[in-house]
Amino acid sequence: MSNTPILEMRNITKEFPGVKALDEVSFRVQEGEIHCLVGENGAGKSTLMKVLSGVYPYGTYSGDILFGGELQQFDGIRDSEKTGIGIIYQELALVPEMTVYENIFMGHEITKGLAVDWNETIRQADNMLKKVKLDINTAVRVKELGVGKQQLVEIAKTLSKNVRLLILDEPTSALNEDDVDNLFDLLRDLKTQGVTCIMITHKLKEIMEIADSVTVLRDGKTICTLDAHKGEVTENALIKHMVGREIDNIYPKREHKRSDEIIFEIENWTAYDPAVERTILKNNNLNVKKGEIVGLSGLMGSGRTELALSIFGNPEGYHVEGNLRVYGKKQRFNHPQEAINAGVAYVSEDRKRNGLILIQDVKQNVTLANLREIAKRGVVDDNAEIKIANEFKSSLNIKTPSIEQKVVNLSGGNQQKVSLAKWLFVKPNILILDEPTRGIDVGAKYEIYTIMNQLVEQGMSIIMISSELPEILGMSDRVYIVSSGEITGELPIEEATQEKIMHLATRN
Amino acid sequence: MSFMKDLQKVLRQNIREYGMFIALFVIWVVFAILTDGIFISSRNISNLLNQTGYIAVLGIGMTLIIVIRHIDLSVGFLAGFLGAVAAIAMAFWEWPVYVVIPAVLLIGLLLGLIPGFLVAQMGIPAFVATLAGFLIYRGAILVVTEETGTIIISNDTFNAIGNGFIKDIPVSFLPELHKVTLILGIAAIVLYIIGELNGRRTKQAYNFDVLPMNIFILKIAFTSLLIGGMTWVLAGYNGLSWTVVVVFIVVGIYNFVSTRTVLGRHIYAVGGNPEAAELSGVNVKKITYFVFGQMGMLAALSGMLFASRLQSATTTAGTLFELDAIAAAFVGGVSAAGGVGKVTGALIGALVMASLTSGMNLMGIGISYQYMVRGAVLAAAVIFDVATRNR
Ligand SMILES: Nc1ncnc2c1ncn2[C@@H]1O[C@H](COP(=O)(O)OP(=O)(O)OP(=O)(O)O)[C@@H](O)[C@H]1O
Ligand SMILES: [Mg+2]
Repeated sequence: MSNTPILEMRNITKEFPGVKALDEVSFRVQEGEIHCLVGENGAGKSTLMKVLSGVYPYGTYSGDILFGGELQQFDGIRDSEKTGIGIIYQELALVPEMTVYENIFMGHEITKGLAVDWNETIRQADNMLKKVKLDINTAVRVKELGVGKQQLVEIAKTLSKNVRLLILDEPTSALNEDDVDNLFDLLRDLKTQGVTCIMITHKLKEIMEIADSVTVLRDGKTICTLDAHKGEVTENALIKHMVGREIDNIYPKREHKRSDEIIFEIENWTAYDPAVERTILKNNNLNVKKGEIVGLSGLMGSGRTELALSIFGNPEGYHVEGNLRVYGKKQRFNHPQEAINAGVAYVSEDRKRNGLILIQDVKQNVTLANLREIAKRGVVDDNAEIKIANEFKSSLNIKTPSIEQKVVNLSGGNQQKVSLAKWLFVKPNILILDEPTRGIDVGAKYEIYTIMNQLVEQGMSIIMISSELPEILGMSDRVYIVSSGEITGELPIEEATQEKIMHLATRN
Repeated sequence: MSFMKDLQKVLRQNIREYGMFIALFVIWVVFAILTDGIFISSRNISNLLNQTGYIAVLGIGMTLIIVIRHIDLSVGFLAGFLGAVAAIAMAFWEWPVYVVIPAVLLIGLLLGLIPGFLVAQMGIPAFVATLAGFLIYRGAILVVTEETGTIIISNDTFNAIGNGFIKDIPVSFLPELHKVTLILGIAAIVLYIIGELNGRRTKQAYNFDVLPMNIFILKIAFTSLLIGGMTWVLAGYNGLSWTVVVVFIVVGIYNFVSTRTVLGRHIYAVGGNPEAAELSGVNVKKITYFVFGQMGMLAALSGMLFASRLQSATTTAGTLFELDAIAAAFVGGVSAAGGVGKVTGALIGALVMASLTSGMNLMGIGISYQYMVRGAVLAAAVIFDVATRNR
């Protein structure tokens, strides 16, 4: 590793109305390293990368950017790309209906005369896929690929622009462990080819695994930069710098209470999805007892979200068979509203698409699922709404200048908290959490776990879908494992181990 | 000077909201100058408002349609057709007017549910579904007026909706002015000020940002002056027309429903993110039915306002109304991306467009140039809207 910084950002300050997102941030990246950028939700990581890549053009921030030793004043993302900086956002930006090769060269099409040269495009796309070690036909549509592969296509797309610095904003939050391993192999490989990489992540394990150095941001300020090769990067150090205090146990202790009262149950639950013409859930049996956290473990794409949706009013229109009982009463929900009325709530994994109305403000999002509670004869009581939103803002510690801020302007983790608040306001008896801590920082994770513990303490039951085994093991009272649409096993927490779960999760 | 600084800041932050009012104000001032004051004469303003009525109500309904990310091209000829139905019911079937009006509104509601069904249940794009309606209703007008041609309406009560004015109290005090109009105008100002003060107090109670006091006073003064001015101008002619009363009632109801009620919240939630709304327990299909249904009902109202104004139903009634309504909605700040737009905006948008027509007519500008100017203003309004978004 050489010692010349390829990138130096000096005293970057960026303000939004009411928020100082970056406050005199300095950030240095050495050539050819993998540099992790970490910090709490809303610390300013994404904003810093957007400043770097020209999304926020020169003049809308203050401070200097030096890239390759030269002062840069990007006027847009195209400028930064030309200079050799490529960014992949938190949300993937591929066109699902288009083929892989069309996506890879979108925006910088290879032309012959006026027309696009498709043959050359396909040839080069093939080369790019080899580079990212993805073995698929470039003519398939992106929507037919899993998230992991889409991620690689996205990287191929960025690499095709000849970048020297690759920025990845939370690339692993939607990936399986295998996909993550793949991605990391690729990043190491790129490193040997001289590509420098900045990666934002909340997963400490990954940082330990891949980072050459780590920069920690907190409240819009640079806290420190740690060098992995000097042994400065440890979990404790990271947590301490990120959160500003020490957390001994990320999974707060709770007694595993044993209640025998089954309040929710499905039997022989089978679902067929007409959209893909496939049976997606086969003969599943599951029950939930009062005051219990049931973990639903499995690989991504194993059908856990489909299971949740088929229970929660079936908005996707699957053909569902089987029995569902709430408090022993046989039920069938034909709309989410019916599920909500019966005391079931579902916090979606994809908060931007299915969870939130981004253009509306915090308070409107918080109350949306239960407006009737704060309405008299159909008229919303604004004061009650403000009160409730403020209560959640403080109880969940949502970082926002005001509850009248549009949700689109919140950082990813705080959006997740708003989404959670919305469903807590429904006061359900059974709360289904789908990847509740995806994209959430350690401190906030701890807060959410604490809240979950309080909720079950008060008698609520939780079904927690999670792809993170430590989270499943740390939080559940009982674990079901799903594989290819089938529940392949049930383990009380005392018997559950990573190996057993992985074994069951890959059985089909 | 801090006052000017505050003013600048407030204007910049709320440019989207105030922009339309400012534009309308500017247009009126310009035309007032160019026509030596004829434009703002009592008679012309009164006429202008009456002409705006039938487009304004369509624009209000269209705003909600666009808010939930759809469009309705059928409403123009639907309005024309339902105007003809009303005329036939009165002229040939001799139904009493008090039956005809609610009956036609009901028919409009039911016909509106048809595109609602096609869009919500069958998943047909609204553009196509309502284009079909456009053709069908156009044919339907021709069918019902085939034998008679223009149908004359001779019912005075019905015709008063488009041409009549509210009655005045018979006292000799201030003979030149329409007293009831004045009283209503003053009442409106008082209610407005009370509303603003209450809103401000609640916001302060929650420590929300409020306008600086001097700007707040300026805003109240400006708005009160506008209402007062309008009242004065109208009172100097025949007073408040029934059309204006109808439009105010519609705007009042729609503004209330869209901003204060659960139903309104659900409509905007569906527009903002249909998937998230559905998962939050909002019945997206029901909302779609409702929004198309209300649009049909307002088309009926618009058709009757127009027929009443002409005192007859014609074979071409409703032509291009839908485009005027869409233009009014967009000038009024609705966003095609969904979830954003106020019904009061549509009223202002309709007024802007009607003012352009009226003003240019007074100046004797040819119809060809009028179209171009209105097109340019529409484009400018939307450009302004997009440019000031996300501020
Ligand atoms: N467009 C915007 N308008 C207003 N405020 C914004 C905007 N974008 C970001 N912010 C605010 O700036 C701060 C930093 O946000 P940023 O998205 O950079 O956080 P982050 O570190 O990426 O967090 P996360 O880990 O949750 O993704 C937050 O307080 C956020 O609310
Ligand atoms: Mg971020």
